[in-house]
Amino acid sequence: MLKDLITTEENYNYAFLDEGSKREIRRNLLKAVAIPGYQVPFGSRELPIGRGWGTGGLQITLSLIGQGDIVKVIDQGTDAGVNAANIRRLIERTAPDVTTTFQTSEATIIQTRHRIPEEKMQAGQLLVLQVPLPEPLRLVERSENATRRMHADKNYSRMWVALYEEIVKHGLLARAYSYPVMVNGRYVMAPSPIPRWDVEKLNNAEHLSLFGAGREKRLYAVPPRTAVVPLDFEDYPFTVEDFHGIRCQRCGAEHSFLDEITTEAGQKTYMCSDTAYCDEQVAKKVAEREMQKEFAG
Amino acid sequence: MGYVAVKGGIDAILAAEELVKLGRLQSRSELLQIDQLIEQQRMAVDQVMSEAGLYDEKLAALALKQAEGDLMEAGFLLRAYKSTLERLGYSLPIDTSRMKVLRRISSAFKNIPGGQVLGRTRDYTQRLLDFNLIEEIRVPESAFQQPKATTNMPKFSRVSDLLRAEGLLAALAPSEQEPFDITRDTLKFPAPRSARLQTLARGESGAMVALGYSSLRGYGMVHPTISELRYGKVPVEFLHPLTGNPVTVGQLRVTEVEALNHAYSIVGRDKDGIAEQESQNKDGETVAPLYELGYGLVYGQNERKAISMSILDRALDIGGDAPSSDQEFVLYHIDSVESSGFVEHLKLPHYVTFQSSLDRSREETRLAYAAEAGKK
Repeated sequence: MLKDLITTEENYNYAFLDEGSKREIRRNLLKAVAIPGYQVPFGSRELPIGRGWGTGGLQITLSLIGQGDIVKVIDQGTDAGVNAANIRRLIERTAPDVTTTFQTSEATIIQTRHRIPEEKMQAGQLLVLQVPLPEPLRLVERSENATRRMHADKNYSRMWVALYEEIVKHGLLARAYSYPVMVNGRYVMAPSPIPRWDVEKLNNAEHLSLFGAGREKRLYAVPPRTAVVPLDFEDYPFTVEDFHGIRCQRCGAEHSFLDEITTEAGQKTYMCSDTAYCDEQVAKKVAEREMQKEFAG
Repeated sequence: MGYVAVKGGIDAILAAEELVKLGRLQSRSELLQIDQLIEQQRMAVDQVMSEAGLYDEKLAALALKQAEGDLMEAGFLLRAYKSTLERLGYSLPIDTSRMKVLRRISSAFKNIPGGQVLGRTRDYTQRLLDFNLIEEIRVPESAFQQPKATTNMPKFSRVSDLLRAEGLLAALAPSEQEPFDITRDTLKFPAPRSARLQTLARGESGAMVALGYSSLRGYGMVHPTISELRYGKVPVEFLHPLTGNPVTVGQLRVTEVEALNHAYSIVGRDKDGIAEQESQNKDGETVAPLYELGYGLVYGQNERKAISMSILDRALDIGGDAPSSDQEFVLYHIDSVESSGFVEHLKLPHYVTFQSSLDRSREETRLAYAAEAGKK
């Protein structure tokens, strides 16, 4: 019975979507790459996973994958997340000639929710980000008609005022995640709810980042070697999450986005949010120890 | 892998899926058959077809069975299936004046040509639980009065045609514009009427009733009189690819509502596409009062949704400040797959974003203490 739930689906087209839909999505992605940071509307299809649970990213992945691709799926930094496992299972069921991996360097396509891997991605690798709310201006303007016009006019004054007001009210730039960025000096973009920690990884990157919002029906992209600059002020610069003085309790990493974990005993510890990175650090340490043993022996 | 959770994630979701399947099979009663749902849970089947935007009783019943009666989940299953189907072509527009009427009422006129046909409705039943249904013994059909033969039903002209003949409603001009296709294109605002009607037609019944109700209560201007509500079967025709002749390929059960609203002539639309009304007393001349129709058409028998659709169609047409007249507010929030999906996504882990949020809150607190200490 358990086996039925992971066996391949012969009643559906390869990678679930029909070929016409995939082609349409790829065309829109080309447009997105050509206009970095611009949100391209597309005829988003319903998928057999929850709307708002990664259907935008998944539509990108499904329309791009083919034989020989190696796919990695992470949710909140981990391959183990139930949603990541479920998305990976759908890809495996509908595109049986695709292999999957947990290793960042090995993947040709990485689909992610809310994180960018700690390990630097390379040219030729694709990062597919799931986006719940693609419109960075939504917080200052509820109407889509109005925000589209603001983008067209490059009129971001209300966004700047909103950031200024945060400083007045809270004494700091209060946006915790999905921090608004200026892409290629033209469009303000929501980098999806990645932590501030990950924003720098989009800037002048080697890899191509593709963003998909299924429910909101928008695609956008940051091509390699494109400037991605967080919106901030000279006297109130953008800062990332502060993990000074703490490290991963498991692998010892000091420069890694950490999950705060409360133990059964009520103690607070920290572990890498990127589990593949954490595993690699552990493996490195083990290898080092083996080497030392060899030398000592 | 070293990280214990990697294995746990997939095992947990597979086990959960098994529990879902097992739970239904553990019932001690007979397993539900699809036919039972089609014949005895008709309204649920209709609602699922309507909200999925796919007319297939068998698949809708299957979705209901699989979803254990969760209407939104069933609609979602059917919609996800629909998105894998290839588009073979477009039928001719269905002509509801050719409807085989099973029920038809007007709230505007006591007597209408063809007469009112109350039909199969619970409207005037008394909502008392019928305890006999608990241990139901099948009553022979002969115990009931035989329904009147529908073969002799007259062809029902539309009530709205009477008003048109009198000049109270504007004549219908055939639209040559290619309809928008919401399953292929993204809504842009202001949305054309074809896009609005399509979105409303597959909107979630409860959401539409709530928004329609808000207009009636006063958050809006629209409070119509039902010119005509009809429910019945309409033929679906395709043009034969070789002969070019229309061929009937099947029939749909649909509910149609035409609702009358006061209208003042609309002189134009402002930059946001909102209708600008001519004052009733321009240049000292009173503009003749006209009526405008709000239109509702939904799969199956779902009268409250069809009526709500007719209210919202009109409310969106006139525009204005009311929530029910705000295109983005209404059209973005009535789709059950989208609304339920996003509300329920809150169950997903948000460890990372919450960690970021904690970072900001702690920093804000630290700054506040530092400032306080500085003052002393």
